[in-house]
Amino acid sequence: MKILVSAKRVSDPNAKLAIAKDGKWIEGDVEYILNPFCENAIECALQIAEANEGTETVAIGIGDDETARFIRQGALARGIDRGILVSAEEASIDSDLIARIYQGVVHREKPDIVLLGKQAIDGDSNQVGQLLAEYLGWPQATFASKVEVSGNKAIVTREVDGGLETLEVSLPCVITADLRLNEPRFASLAGIMKAKKKPFDELEIDDLDLEDTDTKVQIVGLSTPSGRKAGVIVKDVEELVQKLRSEARAI
Amino acid sequence: MSKVLILAEHDKGALKKVTLNTLAFARQYVAKFGGSYDFAVLGHNVAGVAEALRGYGAGAVHLADHADLAHPIASAWAKVLADLAKSIGADMVVAPATTTGKDVLPRTAVRLGAGMASDIIALTDSGAFARPMWAGNLTGNVKISTANKVISVRASAFDAAEATGGQSPVVAFAADPALASTRVKFVSFDGVQSTRPDLAEATTIVAGGRGLKDRFYAVTEPLADVLGAAIGATRAAVDDGYAPNDLQIGQTGKVVAPQLYFAIAMSGAVQHLAGMKNSKVIVAINKNPDEPIFKVADYGLVADAFVAVPELTAQIKALRG
Repeated sequence: MKILVSAKRVSDPNAKLAIAKDGKWIEGDVEYILNPFCENAIECALQIAEANEGTETVAIGIGDDETARFIRQGALARGIDRGILVSAEEASIDSDLIARIYQGVVHREKPDIVLLGKQAIDGDSNQVGQLLAEYLGWPQATFASKVEVSGNKAIVTREVDGGLETLEVSLPCVITADLRLNEPRFASLAGIMKAKKKPFDELEIDDLDLEDTDTKVQIVGLSTPSGRKAGVIVKDVEELVQKLRSEARAI
Repeated sequence: MSKVLILAEHDKGALKKVTLNTLAFARQYVAKFGGSYDFAVLGHNVAGVAEALRGYGAGAVHLADHADLAHPIASAWAKVLADLAKSIGADMVVAPATTTGKDVLPRTAVRLGAGMASDIIALTDSGAFARPMWAGNLTGNVKISTANKVISVRASAFDAAEATGGQSPVVAFAADPALASTRVKFVSFDGVQSTRPDLAEATTIVAGGRGLKDRFYAVTEPLADVLGAAIGATRAAVDDGYAPNDLQIGQTGKVVAPQLYFAIAMSGAVQHLAGMKNSKVIVAINKNPDEPIFKVADYGLVADAFVAVPELTAQIKALRG
């Protein structure tokens, strides 16, 4: 079996963000982390590989040298076998082009399962896994909180509005990871050393035979929404009830 | 002139209110750029849902009723929705950004060669769509450059549309879900049993954080009961097993904007604020005055939730006699 798994870097959610001069992305000294949902996807891939001997795991990222560092440290150091970087400028691609880049890589690698984070916590679009599945004509199981692979099937429990849904999907398939899927492991020192020697391919978008590299959605401007102001601190429950009643008229 | 197709959301044969919030977006779009809107009702034995939508001014309510659409399997639903959009000449497909909308719409977009914008909160005069990014810390205005467009709508950003009277025709659509060829089988659904209002529809929400520990329900339920409120939770409280996933509010859970939001025993992490900071009135109760939740609260009470919340519950109960 072969599993392709995503390793996307995102800005630290607690970092202060500066909007780039052209207003289309962020800039400056931002701290980056591996997208938390990708960490769950990577952990899931490793667990499937541990349970199914002979499974190969491949991590893919789109970006620059910095992204390559995250593929090595976030995926290979944890135990993923190989890495692939597709060079592209993050700010100039949309979910649709990302999905088509993945599709190009899937055609080269022919994995049985593509495991992605359910969303990237910077763009927050929650689209790539579903787009990729449709481009490939594969079944999908998004927002997974439990994955069991047996034979050529995966039984996936999904976190949906109103409860938990379980689907059976045939391989090859696309699965997107939700946060409660697992507890991502830490990279060991030995893992970090090994990661440096693991196979790592660098591809250009041109290597992937895409029909075009046009985006369908463009950011035309970023802005900071007006924040909420802190209100008052009340001294006790009685004052809270009184304020909610007479001032806010909320109860 | 646009033709907008709105995917109706329903549960157990009843229309969900988020459909009407989504309709509000569609009406805004049509008012600005011209055109008309239709509804799409997909499912099995859902004629009642189509009937409930007839008074909302749509050109038609398209009913795709098929046994293989009984569960919202994304590949099957996306095919039928795209087939329908093509057959009626719709150039925009919209749905609420629920887990069903998020699952189905991107596949629909591929089938229509459309660009998709997720979680839209506003429409600009130039036709750009505003959406929260970076956990709502930034708002991105995005343009879709394809002729066909697919939009998921953040329901809490639009007031539910009112009925306009009239009787839109219900038109049966001969759906071909081709479920067998999608290689997906529905196995089971483990639903959360609750008599409380839906989080997306509640006017008051009592939300608890990790600080409530295994007394999560003991603290939140009595207050929710007196207020007729829905119960919500932070990711941390869900991760630790104190509340089910369906209650999670935040960047990657549900996004809510009720009239009144009680944030109890929670720190106010960026990811949680992303899901509730547009609530009208926010009340924070936490024993640590330095928690970031107090920075967004209209009313803050620095107190032990295990003592303060029962007292608050009793006082509100007494007020209501």
